[in-house]
Amino acid sequence: MNRFVLWFHRMGSPPTFYAFAERWRPWFLWSALAITAVALYWGLARAPDDYLQGDSFRIIYIHVPSAWMGQFIFLAMAICGFVAIVWRIKIAEIMGIASAPVGAAFTAIALATGSLWGRPTWGTYWVWDARLTSTLVLLFLYFGVIGLYRAIEDRRKAARAAGLLAIIGLVNIPIIQYSVYWWNTLHQPSSIKVTKMSSTIDPSMLWPLLAMAVATKLYYAWSALSRAQLMVLEMESGKDWVRELAGLPGVASPSTDTPREA
Amino acid sequence: MRPGTPSTAALALLRRDLLLLWRQRADALNPLLFALMVATLFPLALGPEAGMLSRVAGGIVWVTVVLANLLSLDALFRGDAEDGSLDQLAVSGQPLALLAGARILAHWLGTGLPLTLVAPLLAYMLGLERAALPVLVAALALGTPLLSLVGACCAALTVAMRRSGILLALLVLPLTVPVLIFGAGAVEAAATGGDPSAALLFLAAGLALALPLAPLGCAAAIRIGTA
Repeated sequence: MNRFVLWFHRMGSPPTFYAFAERWRPWFLWSALAITAVALYWGLARAPDDYLQGDSFRIIYIHVPSAWMGQFIFLAMAICGFVAIVWRIKIAEIMGIASAPVGAAFTAIALATGSLWGRPTWGTYWVWDARLTSTLVLLFLYFGVIGLYRAIEDRRKAARAAGLLAIIGLVNIPIIQYSVYWWNTLHQPSSIKVTKMSSTIDPSMLWPLLAMAVATKLYYAWSALSRAQLMVLEMESGKDWVRELAGLPGVASPSTDTPREA
Repeated sequence: MRPGTPSTAALALLRRDLLLLWRQRADALNPLLFALMVATLFPLALGPEAGMLSRVAGGIVWVTVVLANLLSLDALFRGDAEDGSLDQLAVSGQPLALLAGARILAHWLGTGLPLTLVAPLLAYMLGLERAALPVLVAALALGTPLLSLVGACCAALTVAMRRSGILLALLVLPLTVPVLIFGAGAVEAAATGGDPSAALLFLAAGLALALPLAPLGCAAAIRIGTA
């Protein structure tokens, strides 16, 4: 078995996953904070003013990485959902659900910073522009996933149902975005085109933005792993390894030792 | 046709659903009455001025249809989940996606089709341009099956709960945004003298995409809920 597949299989075991998360979590957090500090200092204080927008353009260092993360995390959530439904891996279910609040928060930050930027630039906090509207719909999709997970009592069923909803949402996101674009467009087109490996942003303004994109992903890794750790502990409470972790005697009582679901 | 094949199973389910629909035909009228009432609320709220109403008529009819469809979704799998028939369908050995497709077809025949037929009346009451009425019917004929297909997936996701309530709206409405945009867009284009064919073609493309995919998603959701 190749090393990656082996690692993947080992990750399916809650104690191994817990140990992995415990080991790497601080690295993710501290590197995210360090990169954010440098990138924000450079972006907010050192990068030159925009010749048209002056200082107000600097909000892109928060706004654009957050908007990217909103979509990136939805993709991650749908992939976790797919793995959870096909292979019934408990950790994939947990990681998918642990991602949802982080993605919703990033989407909400993108919306809030976008409307703050819109006030001086477009003259209003909210317009029914294509990107704003499709980002708002994305936020509703996140709320749907979280709401569905909370409403079903059986935790594992709930996680798989939420994962399936994430997959259905993922299929719909391009359609929703396309339809909303067709409906109305005011937002400027993207300045960075990944497919052409080119950008219309000056390099001195660009690199803090890309650094922020890396930092937000590291933060997401920290936040999702922390949430997942708690959920693992909750789901596995009563198992021997959790009791050992909590400093309790290692032998669990028979009533709590039975797995909740076969 | 031999008994026990997937097609006979799907036909049997369709026949049963349609029979139930016919026996409870008073209930089947409820979405229509709901649509009629909501459409009546708009002139009361916006004022009776004909020019303004005729401009928003297409949008009002579409919102009304989307809401009426939403209200009918909760009952789609609820009864079968409660009395255990849904579990029996899941373990019957027949392709569950096909059975889900038959159920969705029955739902459309009971909700989407009557709404499509009654919509011109609502639109006429609101003063929509005469020329846009055929386009409205065409857009609804393409859009209401899409609403049933997408809605059924979400309704199937909620079978594991006791009551889906307002959550179902939270799941369904964001996914119906494209249907609303293209459906209302076609009517708007026709009412203002434009060409509605682009929006209608988009609706048709969406239907072509959802027709094979939605029953599969629906079947997967039922399996999660009944496992």
